[in-house]
Amino acid sequence: MNIKGTVIKYGDNVDTDVIIPARYLNTSDEKELAAHCMEDLDRTFVTRVRPGDIMVAGTNFGCGSSREHAPLAIKTSGIACVVAKSFARIFYRNAINIGLPIIECDTDAIDEGDTLEIDFDKGELHNLTKNTTAKFAPFPPFLQDIIKAGGLLKSIGGGK
Amino acid sequence: MGMTMTQKILAAHCGEERVEAGQIIQANVDLVLGNDITAPVAINEFQKAGCAEVFDREKVVFVMDHFTPNKDIKAAEQSKKIRDFARAMSIPNCFDVGTVGVEHALLPERGMVICGDLVIGADSHTCTYGALGAFATGVGSTDMAYAMATGKVWLKVPPAIKFNLTGKLSKHVYGKDVILHILGRIGVDGALYKSMEFAGEGVKELSVSDRLCIANMAIECGAKNGIFPVDEQTLEYVRARSGREPVVYEADPDAEYEQVIDIDLSQVKQTVAFPHLPENARTFDDMPDIPIDQVVIGSCTNGRLEDLIVAADILRGKKVAPHVRCIVIPATQKIYLEAMEMGLIRDFIEAGCAVSTPTCGPCLGGHMGVLAKGERCVATTNRNFVGRMGHPESEVYLASPAVAAASAIAGRIVPAE
Repeated sequence: MNIKGTVIKYGDNVDTDVIIPARYLNTSDEKELAAHCMEDLDRTFVTRVRPGDIMVAGTNFGCGSSREHAPLAIKTSGIACVVAKSFARIFYRNAINIGLPIIECDTDAIDEGDTLEIDFDKGELHNLTKNTTAKFAPFPPFLQDIIKAGGLLKSIGGGK
Repeated sequence: MGMTMTQKILAAHCGEERVEAGQIIQANVDLVLGNDITAPVAINEFQKAGCAEVFDREKVVFVMDHFTPNKDIKAAEQSKKIRDFARAMSIPNCFDVGTVGVEHALLPERGMVICGDLVIGADSHTCTYGALGAFATGVGSTDMAYAMATGKVWLKVPPAIKFNLTGKLSKHVYGKDVILHILGRIGVDGALYKSMEFAGEGVKELSVSDRLCIANMAIECGAKNGIFPVDEQTLEYVRARSGREPVVYEADPDAEYEQVIDIDLSQVKQTVAFPHLPENARTFDDMPDIPIDQVVIGSCTNGRLEDLIVAADILRGKKVAPHVRCIVIPATQKIYLEAMEMGLIRDFIEAGCAVSTPTCGPCLGGHMGVLAKGERCVATTNRNFVGRMGHPESEVYLASPAVAAASAIAGRIVPAE
């Protein structure tokens, strides 16, 4: 799988309360959630995000609550992949379970507006703006199976 | 090389002799939990996948604690989805208004989690139960749906950090101060993907309530779980609440730890975490003057009877400062009743506090104490992120019930004396 997109960049410790504030958690409608995505950190996000954009951040992305509404809001907003130095563990598993691609690698040299091309099979992230390439570790086979199936529940085929 | 306590529980729940850090396993769960925010998403996923029955009706628990008593129409619709599902599936453990308590206070209180269990919950503070020698971790709604259907969860076996506790807590210093101190030392990703295994002679000096508070905030360090060894105090606690036989796991003497951190409990001071990260820990040696607008005493972190006793002892016969709203929320109905019988509720009300039915409400800015722009709150809760309790320009200071109660009287952040 390959994707290409423009970077929207944030810093360290982007928490689930800013990704989707709890005041909007009285619904699980993904479009409603996406309409408030990143609101308390960046009010311009929802108006400037374009389908296929890539969210890039620092360490501990998605820390805080277990709310799956957070990766769901990001995915529904049109973000094709989140690249961060590290992810908080519940966000990491939620993203895999709902089929939002995520990558752990160094992001210091990536800037807002850069164009990235990501080759998931080779584990390579090309920064087309800066003409650089970074490597990232592919997911373990078990997680790849979940992603290929299109999410955790699809991988059980009808729920036995 | 031996296994950590966490690794032993995981091995026992996936039928392996041993597991190693980094290995991915499919483990059997003893209990799967969801609340009124996360369970509706799980139920949707469960139904979309065409699942007809839950794997075990006794091992699925719904706790409607976040936006209940329902704060608005949308929240009511979410709760109704759970109520209908629980009825259709004949799930006995669906705790609703009247029986509900804050989930991580309620489940231990009812003996639903005991030593040796493997518990997952679609709530990040599920890690609280590690205090009882269980493996417990927060997951998402899809994980919850998968576990409801199959009784299983996928887990990457974590490496561990050992916290070697020595000494005894000083007066007015509690479990909350210990975990805020640890957060100040290792940071909000200091234990990312790892177990925090508590050990050492200092453990016996901590009450079960203090241990629950410390394990509760393991997630704030990024940890997969926090876990305490089982001792007489733990066994007494679980035997008084559950008919099941506790299974006690101990870390091997040669278990591998990525790091060992020594904590002398006698050196821990009253600690406050400043906005907007729980790692921004400060003691009163280094405290600016911070006037406050609100105090919240409650939550899964500090809403137990022991916490209310500490707060009431400070507030008794005093008055909450003018212009400060002090909201006290017993975490469960049982705690509420016991606090009433002990006269604590009278103490709170006479001091000028509002006392609420159990709810998570204000902790996550849901209802029952949402902050306006520029307002400051001292809370015994667990997170102080931007906008956590209301307006993005409000501020949350995390502290123990003692500091919260003392600050309510002073109208500014002060230590308990």
